[in-house]
Amino acid sequence: MEQPEQFTFDFRESTAQIVGGATDDLKIKIGDFAGPLDLLLFLIRQEQANIFDIPIARITQKYLEYIRLMKRLDISVAADFLVMAATLIEIKSRMLLPRDPFINEDEEIDDPRRELVDRLLEYEQFKNAAGMLYERSTIEHAIFTRGPIESDDNNAEINASVFDLLTVFQKIVARHVDEIKMEIAREEISLADMLRTLKARIMELGEISMLKFFEEMHSKRELVTAFIAVLEIVRTESVKLLQAVTFGDVILRKIT
Amino acid sequence: MIEDFEEIGKTARSPSELVALVEALIFVADEPITVKLLAEVLEEERESVQTAVEELGREYESRESGLQIREIAGGWQIATRTELHEEVRKFLKTRPSAKLSLASLETLAVIAYKQPVTVPEILEIRGVQSASAIKTLLDKRLIIVKGRKDTVGHPMQYGTSKDFLIQFGLNDLSELPSIEDFEDLVA
Repeated sequence: MEQPEQFTFDFRESTAQIVGGATDDLKIKIGDFAGPLDLLLFLIRQEQANIFDIPIARITQKYLEYIRLMKRLDISVAADFLVMAATLIEIKSRMLLPRDPFINEDEEIDDPRRELVDRLLEYEQFKNAAGMLYERSTIEHAIFTRGPIESDDNNAEINASVFDLLTVFQKIVARHVDEIKMEIAREEISLADMLRTLKARIMELGEISMLKFFEEMHSKRELVTAFIAVLEIVRTESVKLLQAVTFGDVILRKIT
Repeated sequence: MIEDFEEIGKTARSPSELVALVEALIFVADEPITVKLLAEVLEEERESVQTAVEELGREYESRESGLQIREIAGGWQIATRTELHEEVRKFLKTRPSAKLSLASLETLAVIAYKQPVTVPEILEIRGVQSASAIKTLLDKRLIIVKGRKDTVGHPMQYGTSKDFLIQFGLNDLSELPSIEDFEDLVA
């Protein structure tokens, strides 16, 4: 059994090499693999295996060893790593099954690894493309354009003079004077009052229109109280809600 | 009469005057400026502006200028030469800016080649959630939402932005090497 420390070390070295030949500025630790496919490719390379003939048992074992080592695994990607582990185990078990003796020799036997290989190859393309982008951005970071000048949008605030500030200030002062102060009396209708009114109305008339009841309200506050009262009365009293048309009026009817 | 006067005004500029004007405008523009816009501002034919821009580039090269004129994101830009980065950086007191993570670069590569592309499609290729990488790329304005896919749930589709072209030194997307060129490197 190999030492976990050994894994960690190898891992850093090799992965740093994979990324666009970068060196020190890429600090890669366990768990920093770009994804399960990335880890799988790394393992195949480390084992010097042929991607078109993956030694699935060995790779699966290595893969599981790595997952156990990933202590810093990001919770959001952990699931994706585990899905791949399950896929590997499934492929491994399918490969252990004896071949169907009734299948014609000439027919192409469906390799359980095939889909995985296709995905790995496609992923590898994009991984290499990412390396290309990395190189391009490194080159671009060595090219500088002129610094921003006054007319640039990001310097717009400098265009304001002291007089501009003064004008704005005067406007603010003027607005302050115009502000009308008035006191608004708060209408207090308690939920208990509202419930009593509603209940009395239903008992008296047998049924009432919810729309009409709400229209009687004068403020948003009253409306909210009225609505709560309706919910409350349906819950506690013998009242049922009826609606003839979808989105239409709701009738509150006494259950007799 | 007025038209005649304008005609005279146009032809009155010598080729070297036009080169100088083009240089001045590219210099003051805060992002790559198109030949179309240059021609509009200078009231010149696009062909003559194009010739002037190319002449300017040759001038820079022939005298081994510290500046270069480059075509990027469909426009022209004056920038320092790559080889001089150490000294320029020393003066500007800047360090190479924070690089994108491996996950972000991969996600960006998938978006660049597969655009417009949805989050599930990116997951399919990368085999791993890309939500935080997509957020980083959106924050850095390297990718933008390019509408919604007409499928179940109408997922958002992402594509690369103009800033992507600028930051990766591309004139347009066709300058990206073909994705097939990255094949078969694993074996």
